[in-house]
Amino acid sequence: MRGRKGTVAGGWLSRWPVIRQLQGEDGRREAARSARTDALRPRVEEADSVARSVCPYCAVGCGQLVYVKDGKVTQIEGDPDSPISRGRLCPKGSASKQLVTHTGRQTHVLYRRPYGTEWERLDLETAMDMIADRVVRTRRETWEQTHEGKEVRRTLGIASLGGATLDNEENYLMKKLYTALGAIQVENQARI
Amino acid sequence: MAECHPVGYQWVMEARQRGAKVFHIDPRFSRTSATVDRYLQIRAGSDLVLTGALINYVLSNELDFREYVLAYTNAATIVSEDFRDTEDLDGLFSGYDPETGRYDTASWAYEGDTGQTDEMSEGDQRHAEAAGSDSYGARGAGSTATPPQDPTLSHPRCVYQILRRHFARYTPERVAELCGIAPEQFAELAEAITANSGRERTTAWVYSVGWTQHSVGVQYIRSAAILQLLLGNMGRPGGGIMALRGHASIQGSTDIPTLFNLLPGYISMPHAHRHDGLDDYLKREGGDTGWWGNRRAYMVSLLKAWWGDSATEDNDFRFDYLPRLTGDHGHYATVMGQIDGTVKGYFVVGENPAVGSANGKAQRLGLANLDWLVVRDLMVIETASFWKDAPELETGELSTEEIGTEVFFMPAASHVEKDGTFTNTQRLLQWREKAVDPPDDCRSDLWFYYHLGKRIRQRLGAGQVDPTDRPLMELTWDYPEEGEHRDPSAAAVLREIGGVDAEGRPLGSLRELKPDGSTSCGCWIYCGVYADDVNQAARRKPRGEQGPVAPEWGWAWPANRRILYNRASADPEGRPWSERKKYVYWDAEAGRWTGPDVPDFEEDKPPSYRPPEGAKAQDAIAGTDPFIMQSDGKGWLYVPSGLADGPLPAHYEPHESPIRNTMYGRQSNPARRTVDRPENPYNPALSPRFPYVFTTSRVTEHHTAGAMSRTLPYLAELQPAAFCEVSPELAEQVGLENGGWATVVTSRTAIELRVLVTNRVRSLRLGDTTVHQIVMPYHWGYGGGGLVTGDVVNDLSPVVLDPNVYIQESKAGTCDVLPGRRPRGAALRALIERYRDG
Repeated sequence: MRGRKGTVAGGWLSRWPVIRQLQGEDGRREAARSARTDALRPRVEEADSVARSVCPYCAVGCGQLVYVKDGKVTQIEGDPDSPISRGRLCPKGSASKQLVTHTGRQTHVLYRRPYGTEWERLDLETAMDMIADRVVRTRRETWEQTHEGKEVRRTLGIASLGGATLDNEENYLMKKLYTALGAIQVENQARI
Repeated sequence: MAECHPVGYQWVMEARQRGAKVFHIDPRFSRTSATVDRYLQIRAGSDLVLTGALINYVLSNELDFREYVLAYTNAATIVSEDFRDTEDLDGLFSGYDPETGRYDTASWAYEGDTGQTDEMSEGDQRHAEAAGSDSYGARGAGSTATPPQDPTLSHPRCVYQILRRHFARYTPERVAELCGIAPEQFAELAEAITANSGRERTTAWVYSVGWTQHSVGVQYIRSAAILQLLLGNMGRPGGGIMALRGHASIQGSTDIPTLFNLLPGYISMPHAHRHDGLDDYLKREGGDTGWWGNRRAYMVSLLKAWWGDSATEDNDFRFDYLPRLTGDHGHYATVMGQIDGTVKGYFVVGENPAVGSANGKAQRLGLANLDWLVVRDLMVIETASFWKDAPELETGELSTEEIGTEVFFMPAASHVEKDGTFTNTQRLLQWREKAVDPPDDCRSDLWFYYHLGKRIRQRLGAGQVDPTDRPLMELTWDYPEEGEHRDPSAAAVLREIGGVDAEGRPLGSLRELKPDGSTSCGCWIYCGVYADDVNQAARRKPRGEQGPVAPEWGWAWPANRRILYNRASADPEGRPWSERKKYVYWDAEAGRWTGPDVPDFEEDKPPSYRPPEGAKAQDAIAGTDPFIMQSDGKGWLYVPSGLADGPLPAHYEPHESPIRNTMYGRQSNPARRTVDRPENPYNPALSPRFPYVFTTSRVTEHHTAGAMSRTLPYLAELQPAAFCEVSPELAEQVGLENGGWATVVTSRTAIELRVLVTNRVRSLRLGDTTVHQIVMPYHWGYGGGGLVTGDVVNDLSPVVLDPNVYIQESKAGTCDVLPGRRPRGAALRALIERYRDG
């Protein structure tokens, strides 16, 4: 069929990009288009809502726009309004939709009993109750009212290490609760 | 910066296009090095020789910005005659106790500052034990507002002259000998930064953990501070020292700290042996002058936020409800406590110490000795799964059936599944809107801690309340709950952080905080983030609709000021130093400071203001003193109190170094903290068994310990394997092949990595010796759901700490390198034992 223009003129075949490109049209321009690609719309156009967010990786604080359709995140893009990032994202920020949606993410509570060899599933409410029980018990068992004759009101039996991708509000509730519990070994990536 | 903060780096590139000259100083050649005017390769752990030589260059050529230095720094202040410098004591400052390895800092004081001797030094030892210098970092320790001065700068004991003598030995020849930077390269750098500083121009310094993770890390930053103050580059546009922080809210995690020694807003945790009641605590926590003079208001407002109506004047606002420190309770002390069995329960929240912390084996041995462990993350990271996949199982040091740790893995919500604020590296709070609900059992950390707190209170509140439980039962813990999962309102928490008055109305600024209990505020430096009952951090006025300072995008602490200490951008009379560098200045007609930023100064305090005798807090700060948090309002070239290892920076070699310290008769920082335990063996300094220098790094495509990157297909494909970069000379010497395997050995362990032979890492000629450096990105681990896996680079690093802030020295260590893969199982242990026994 190559080169036999007349036989296909006006038919679907003549609009097929391959044919147009073989006929000499520039495959990087108009001749790259087909009826299907013309009908394609960006996912962001179909979003039900857009949340203004911030990239969770480094500390530059690039603005992100999170597009949602049917309760699912469909796209994350740089926020052009941001005076910090001007719409740009690095490879990690650009991949952050995958961070939220990838199939390897663990979304259920897992439990390993002492000396156990495998993970087990546990109900979230049960796990919360079990953790609360352990905090109360360990705190009682390791309570230190005085140290070298001085009042200290604390426990060295419970410690915490928090990452620096936590929100300010989260760090605040953590420090507040731990301090009221008397747990002082509260640390963060910010030291490390 | 191009590698780890790529989008921020666009501004450096933009500045370069407009004529800025950019230097990159780093042991490794990275994407930054490829895009700058000059790249200077430096030996890891020698930076202070370079910055010290730059200071010496400025001082010996009198290139300092004299008017700025005289007015705004403590250059003219006279120091006690008891002070002895490293020049006098061959690498020690006065006050060193060789028994304890600690300094008594009394002799470092300003002349006549007996207050420091009485109040600060008495408890210094204990304070330093609890990383007290860390909190001083925000303010400087207490000192007098009006120490004696010599404005001619000729008094032999004035700070300026002490500096001249101290830095005289930091010469270009030493730079060549210890850093591996040639004299002509040094000259180009020195000439560039001095030519580019002064009235018309400013120079900025940028650093990251390459400067902090050293046993003398705080003094690295101090040396940059001295340089920038001498050159007049602080508080001015285009100047400053930019700490590029590595995580989305690592700045926020310091401001509202989950750190053992701090309360929100850099307020110290009370110490059992140092503090009795609230009055005693406040008296010993600094001077009465400068903005920290208001610390009663900051502390009382915090106590009111936490204990509400229960906190009254009569009960010291429940100051006794705060648990007390007695020493180092930091991360590495905690790990040793786990190994010793004193720490029973452990929460790990968005962190992966089994991969990310120094001496990974000690981390995992600690995890294996707990009663219970709660890990909250997006992925089942190595810290959660250590009992089934730690390298110690293969070597026989641990066995799954003998590990008694009960582990709860609690799946976390991602950044789009919760609302809340991050504080970025510029102190800017940005609110994130929630896009979707988290799936299945995933919950935010806010949800977790709020509901855990509720459950604990239910358990303790049944029946008669034990006195030890009152801090919990009286805690304000009643946030509005939202949605199907009963999420506590993050906005309500932020509102509490921002502060309210007695009627519950949000405060406008920290100036409204009261010492009498009539205000409450969860973090005084964030006061005003909810001003006018509006979430200021959620503001998003597009950049095109406001000027370059963009004050209506998010909210910066304190008081939405974008450049700290910006009073220094004007001369003592309040006039801009130059039209080109005009920023904040005094408008005499209006009687106020003005400019595109919020003035970091009382808006109506004229340059002519002089404090009356006995003035307190900000009233003691003259109209010409920009550094308003300091007790004397000055930028401190010399630090009279507050640091654990000296009032001035001095070069010491890393704890593990193949090079003798030729600067002083002291090899390493005399005040550094070591952890001398069998779990943490060190490579001896100058050991021929460990002849090479290693440093750790990051690449653009991965994030820290890898849980958020090596699990993603896109990123895993871009950087698929753990690798080390070595020079062609080292490759030839050891027999390494590009693309093949290398085994890197320290006293802790040996790991295997793919080899990248490259000219990006050059072997450094130092005098008549050659130092080979090995650069290793540390993002990989053995599990954690990683699509790409690799040995843990941090397993190589020792735990040896900076004495001010207890950060570990992971950026400069020694190692040996062998060709090929590492031995497995018991053979690996045998290899390490051979190296240890020498």
